[in-house]
Amino acid sequence: MTEATLSMGVRRIDDTASVLDIQGDITAFSEEALMDAYTEGAADGVKAVILNFSGLEYMNSGGIGLLVTVLVRANRAKQRLLAFGLTEHYREIFELTRLDEAIGIYATEADALAAAA
Amino acid sequence: MAEQPRDTGNWAKPTSTLTVTDAPAGAPNLVDGKRLLSPVQGFGKMWQKTYKVRLDGIETTPQAVIAEWRENFASFWPKGNDFYPPLTGLEPGEVALIKAAGPGGMKFKTGVMVLYADDESFTLMTPEGHMFAGWITFSAHEEAGRPVAQTQVLMRAQDPISEMGLAMGGHRMENKFWEQTLANLAAHLGVEEPEVTTTVTCVDRKRQWSQAGNVRNSVAIRSTLHMLKPGKKTAG
Repeated sequence: MTEATLSMGVRRIDDTASVLDIQGDITAFSEEALMDAYTEGAADGVKAVILNFSGLEYMNSGGIGLLVTVLVRANRAKQRLLAFGLTEHYREIFELTRLDEAIGIYATEADALAAAA
Repeated sequence: MAEQPRDTGNWAKPTSTLTVTDAPAGAPNLVDGKRLLSPVQGFGKMWQKTYKVRLDGIETTPQAVIAEWRENFASFWPKGNDFYPPLTGLEPGEVALIKAAGPGGMKFKTGVMVLYADDESFTLMTPEGHMFAGWITFSAHEEAGRPVAQTQVLMRAQDPISEMGLAMGGHRMENKFWEQTLANLAAHLGVEEPEVTTTVTCVDRKRQWSQAGNVRNSVAIRSTLHMLKPGKKTAG
């Protein structure tokens, strides 16, 4: 799989948080789309960047590596990285790779926003 | 019933600790009961290292390269390093044992779990008691119409001793290790004079002192103790 099949939407909720809407596949070839969205969402000193995984259709280990890179960027900017909309399958992958220990996972957008406030 | 994601079956099942089953007799088993560590749980600076070889002059596909690599993974390792694959092959969730040359002539005894595998890539993840915390992805793809084989490591040293070891020659040894592995793979596939390129990026220069306690599972200490111990613990 060498084609990027990820589209990202960025929503600025308020001064505190931005939501990045993920639609499609996250693989090593998604770097540009994911990093551009993160850069836009993390601008102007928001305290939290929230990843919306409701539209995630496929993720391989290259994709998980990209999420680690996003996490490093968020930590460096002293921002929290949160997530919601993960299916049971992708929740298990977050547990397996222990990313759930560093990325706060919530069931809904409202829960994630409340945590970010 | 909801449709299953396409990657279902490519990932290992969630596990809290590693269990080694059916390992070859004599393989050093120091990973039973150990937890997996991602780069998030490591101590040292975070590095991404990418090793690449163009498979020029042969007719093959990324899928064929990965099938061959997975099947004969151990045979491509440089001499003096032993990889004991699970009897069932490099399938998601399986654990392999390792005896590898480390800095200063040491032999490191550790292991890895197959985190992910599909027909174009597979990934090994390290447990406590490895030199680094992270994963190594082996993949094949096409660049400019030509097949390329790649190894990519995303890692932090697990503990302060390993961080020191990596700085004092460990990184250099690791680079040589994967460059030689890729050259061996390419030669096996029929490439004449394979050329491996290496790209090293420091993703995070910060050391995570909150993870310094990983030293209790230091591969250097545990491997040394294992070597000195009468009646060594082995699998089988």
